[in-house]
Formats: sequence, structure tokens, C-alpha cells
Amino acid sequence: MSTPSDPQSEGAAAASREWPLYEIFIRARGGLDHKHVGSLHATDARMAIEHARDLYTRRQEGVSIWAVRSSDIVATDPQEAESLFEPARDKIYRHPTFYDIPDEVKTL
Amino acid sequence: MSGAALTAEPAGISALAGLPPLCRYALRLGDLSLILGQRLGEWVGHAPVLEEDLGLANIALDLIGQARLLLTYAGEVEGRGRSEDDLAFLREQGEYLNPTLVEQPNGDFGETIVRQVLIDAFQLALYERLASTADERIAAIAAKAVKETRYHLRYSSSWLVRLGDGTPESHARVQSSLNRLWRYTTELFEEDDLDRDMIARGIAPRPADVRSAWSICIDSILAEATLERPRDAPYSWFGKRGEHSEHLGYILTDMQYLQRAYPGARW
Repeated sequence: MSTPSDPQSEGAAAASREWPLYEIFIRARGGLDHKHVGSLHATDARMAIEHARDLYTRRQEGVSIWAVRSSDIVATDPQEAESLFEPARDKIYRHPTFYDIPDEVKTL
Repeated sequence: MSGAALTAEPAGISALAGLPPLCRYALRLGDLSLILGQRLGEWVGHAPVLEEDLGLANIALDLIGQARLLLTYAGEVEGRGRSEDDLAFLREQGEYLNPTLVEQPNGDFGETIVRQVLIDAFQLALYERLASTADERIAAIAAKAVKETRYHLRYSSSWLVRLGDGTPESHARVQSSLNRLWRYTTELFEEDDLDRDMIARGIAPRPADVRSAWSICIDSILAEATLERPRDAPYSWFGKRGEHSEHLGYILTDMQYLQRAYPGARW
């Protein structure tokens, strides 16, 4: 905070040192899935919900909020992307693209 | 300049006397929201973290939204064609009827939070009662404001608990802010002629009822925050009658600059 070199990144570093990061998921309407919308810093679960409400629902974006500690998310390693995802690339028969869809069916 | 201008009563005091009681009552409610909204707006770009910056700005915007509805109504009741903007930007200091508490400086983040808790709990107790008042317009505005205010209090009280029950430093700071600001709470519940008139017409709740609801709410928050409730001070501030502390003039200087310098400016 004291050195004026790069206040923004210093501020961010200080915030991340003190306040954990939460990932925020918003349900836009009843019946829809919660979708990831971004992340924020908060000291605890309650504050995470309050911040999410103030940051991500101020334009009526949602009716429900989930907040998850970012450190609690188990993720794939980008280094392993080849072995995990490449093998599916040449198996186009797994896509249901070989069916004729009747005109009456609007939302498939 | 003529001597008359110097010896005249301060503008505002006499202007107030000509206003219908319901108009003055709507101004009391509206000016509370307007001035507190303006105060909270000072945090924009200065809050401790980005998340709080937006949180405070959201509350400020809710408050200014309430002020717009109430000042519009006050202008209609007055019946002289004054708009919400005329009332917000072109009155003199003595014509503002907000309680003195809301014009107190922001201080540090903790002091802003203390002021906010005291006012949020007051607005909540007040608007819950005004939602079923005899005046339909005020009832509708109150019904909308109650939902906003519940969130404001949730936000401010959770911070007060965090700070009060936090480190020795944060505890000492918010306790001293509480001690400093408490004296301005007496005014909120002081019943005067205007209140009695509004009570008689079924519009305003009794300040004593608002006070007991407020007091229960504040006591439970202070207990959780491990803060001590200060002693009540005798009533010495009269913001709601247009007699303000030295701070309001500076707020108005900021707030009114544009409309005073460029009358009728629009964007």
C-alpha cells in the first residue's frame, strides 16, 4: 500500500492475501441452471452472497445465487488437456447429428 | 447591497412555514434519503475494496430512488409546480428537513457503517409502519422502501458485527464512532407539532412505537457485535426542523453546484 509503483496489482494482491476468492453462480430464472458469472473476494460465506448480490444481480440478472470457495473447486489440469479431451475429437458418431429432425420439433 | 438583505431571516425558515404539513412530512422522509444517499456517494472510488465500493453505491442509489419519489410527492402536495429536481437542488440549507445524523461526515469505513446501522434500523421500523398508512402514495413508497431497507440493514449490520467482534482495533474504532454518533439518534424519535398532526391524520406512526422497534433491533445487533449501547443524550439537534449542523452546507455546495452554476442544465 505504501509504495506508489502499481497500486492496482498491489491492492489486488493485498485483497487476495486477506480475503478468499469465491466463484459466483447465478440462476437467471426459475427452472434454469445456475451459470458461472465471475468471482469476487469476501471474508466469509455471508459476505460472498452479499457481494454477489451487489455485483452480479444489480440489473435483475437472477433469482438465486450460489457462492463456492474457489479453493474448493477441483479442476482439470490444462497440461492434461490433450489426453483428456483430444481422444473424443474423431468420434463424431457420438453426436446425434445423423437423425432427421421433424419440422414440428422446434426446441431440440 | 441593501441592509435588508443582511438583516432578513435566513432564507428557508420562513419558506418552510408556508408549506402544507404533508409536504413538510414528505420532505422529512425524502431529505433523509437524499442527504444520506449523497453522503454514501462520496465513497464511490474510495471504498476499501471494489466489492464494498459497489455495495455502498447500490445503497446510495436505493436511497436516491426513495428521495425522488418522496420529493416528487412533496412537490405535488405543495401544488406550486416544483419538481423533484427543484426541491433537491434549489432549496436553501434551512429548508432541508433531514435528521442531523445523516449529514454527519463519513469518517472511516467503520463510522459510515455505524451511521448506516442506526439509520437503516430507523428507516426499517418507520417504513414498516408507513406501509399501512392512510396516505396511499406514502404507503406505496414505503412498501417499496421496506424491501430495500431490509437489505441495507442486512449489509450494514453484518459489517458492524464483523468490526465490533473483530480485532481490538476495529472494536475500539466502531465503539468510539457509536459513542460519537449516538447523540444524534434522540432527534429521530422526538415528537413535534408536525408529527402530532400527521399522527392525528393517520399518516405517521407514533415516534415512541418506532423507537421501541428500533431499540430492540439495535440492541440485538450491538449484542452480537459486542458493542456497548451509549447513554441517551438530551435532544439538542433539530435537523428535521431545518436547523442543521455545520456539515450540511458543504454537502449542498457539492450537490447543488451544477444546478446553481448552470440553471436548468440537462444531460
